Amino acid sequence: MLKPGEFYQRDREWHPPAYDPNYKTSVARSPRQALISLENTVSEITGPVFGHGDIDAGDNDLIYNYAKPGESAIGERIILHGRVLDENGRPLPHTLVEIWQANAGGRYRHKKDTYLAPIDPNFGGCGRTLTDENGYYYFRTVKPGAYPWRNWVNNWRPAHIHMSIFGTAFAQRLITQCYFEGDPLIAKCPIVNTIPDPAAIDRLIAPLDLNATIPLDTIAYKFDVVLRGRRSTLFENRLEGN
Amino acid sequence: MPQSLDYLKETPSQTAGPYVHIGLAPGAAGFDIYGQELGWDIAGPNAQGERIRVEGLVIDGTGSPVKDVLLEAWQANAAGIYAHPEHAGAVEDGFRGWGRVITDFATGEWGFDTVKPGSVPGRNGTVQAPHINLWIVARGINVGLNTRLYFEDEAEANAADPVINMIEWENRRQTLIARRNETDGKVVYRFDIRLQGENETVFFDI
Repeated sequence: MLKPGEFYQRDREWHPPAYDPNYKTSVARSPRQALISLENTVSEITGPVFGHGDIDAGDNDLIYNYAKPGESAIGERIILHGRVLDENGRPLPHTLVEIWQANAGGRYRHKKDTYLAPIDPNFGGCGRTLTDENGYYYFRTVKPGAYPWRNWVNNWRPAHIHMSIFGTAFAQRLITQCYFEGDPLIAKCPIVNTIPDPAAIDRLIAPLDLNATIPLDTIAYKFDVVLRGRRSTLFENRLEGN
Repeated sequence: MPQSLDYLKETPSQTAGPYVHIGLAPGAAGFDIYGQELGWDIAGPNAQGERIRVEGLVIDGTGSPVKDVLLEAWQANAAGIYAHPEHAGAVEDGFRGWGRVITDFATGEWGFDTVKPGSVPGRNGTVQAPHINLWIVARGINVGLNTRLYFEDEAEANAADPVINMIEWENRRQTLIARRNETDGKVVYRFDIRLQGENETVFFDI
């Protein structure tokens, strides 16, 4: 039997560099020394395991998970769904997916957000779920609004949902942002454009998925997430010295 | 054209942004939504070994504390076992080895309680000194930063650690060593992380 071995190395030309002067906050928060390349050990190929005891069934329904009884969040009702796969195309079952976002007016429920758009009393703005045995996940939420932020004098974030994904190993840990097909702000965003390769940016744009809409009820977008894949050790496995 | 390899590309990273707390620590953002927030108890009540606290700052290239950072810790138990199916051996009931901590919005100080981990196997039959793996995300950090916390009082094990010894610049190795303080019987390790500049912390591409 083939034992799973190291993870494929992260493609650092595909990910954004640490330092990008157009995203000003990165300037003082980016290491100047080179990262030290570390071959995987047991510390990297393991990671936290989550189960259904960690979350509640309604945690993935942002329209209702912070709403008063009989009320719901305001905004365009959307389903955000997709699969978590690895680079070998294999689904990652039972992995934790957490999201957070602004409300339909572009305002975050956060003590540090002072944007003038109103808080929605029925919208918290976070959700979480475990993928099923096929790596599939879904959330119901409202489409977040665009909002201004301080970078250049006049910057607007495209509508986006932040996403945190675990996989099975600490080496796979990832946080990213999901954007929406057709948004003209995507091309103008300095945070999006920290990613050098346009093909990589495309991987962060969720297409409209009419097949997954609920007629007369909720529109849908599809967003697949790919985490690092692992090699199979064909001839030897010296990872742990055996 | 040769055949296509058909691998998928990893989803590109994006910054966690200033409001990461909403998703991963909503209580800190200012609201209560989940039955339980995850990552606040790393070791659990049954864990064997020395109870410790780890504290520090994350400091940016201007020398200022970063006040909106989120760190995750991943560690073995005191016997050197990770709570994961690929690491043989059992951990104490309730030991998770994973935690999540945010900084104080006013001071940038962060801290978590855990047990001191044991040594774990390295590659090719080596032994790794006790360490806690850390992952750091924040506004302005485009890809989460990986580093490791080692312990000052494990000088012998640290001197033999294959990862520490891989760092070419011996003076930079010190950035990974947490300083031990004992006050009123409590053991506190200090571990400041410098993102940039003088004494920049060693970060790993894992």
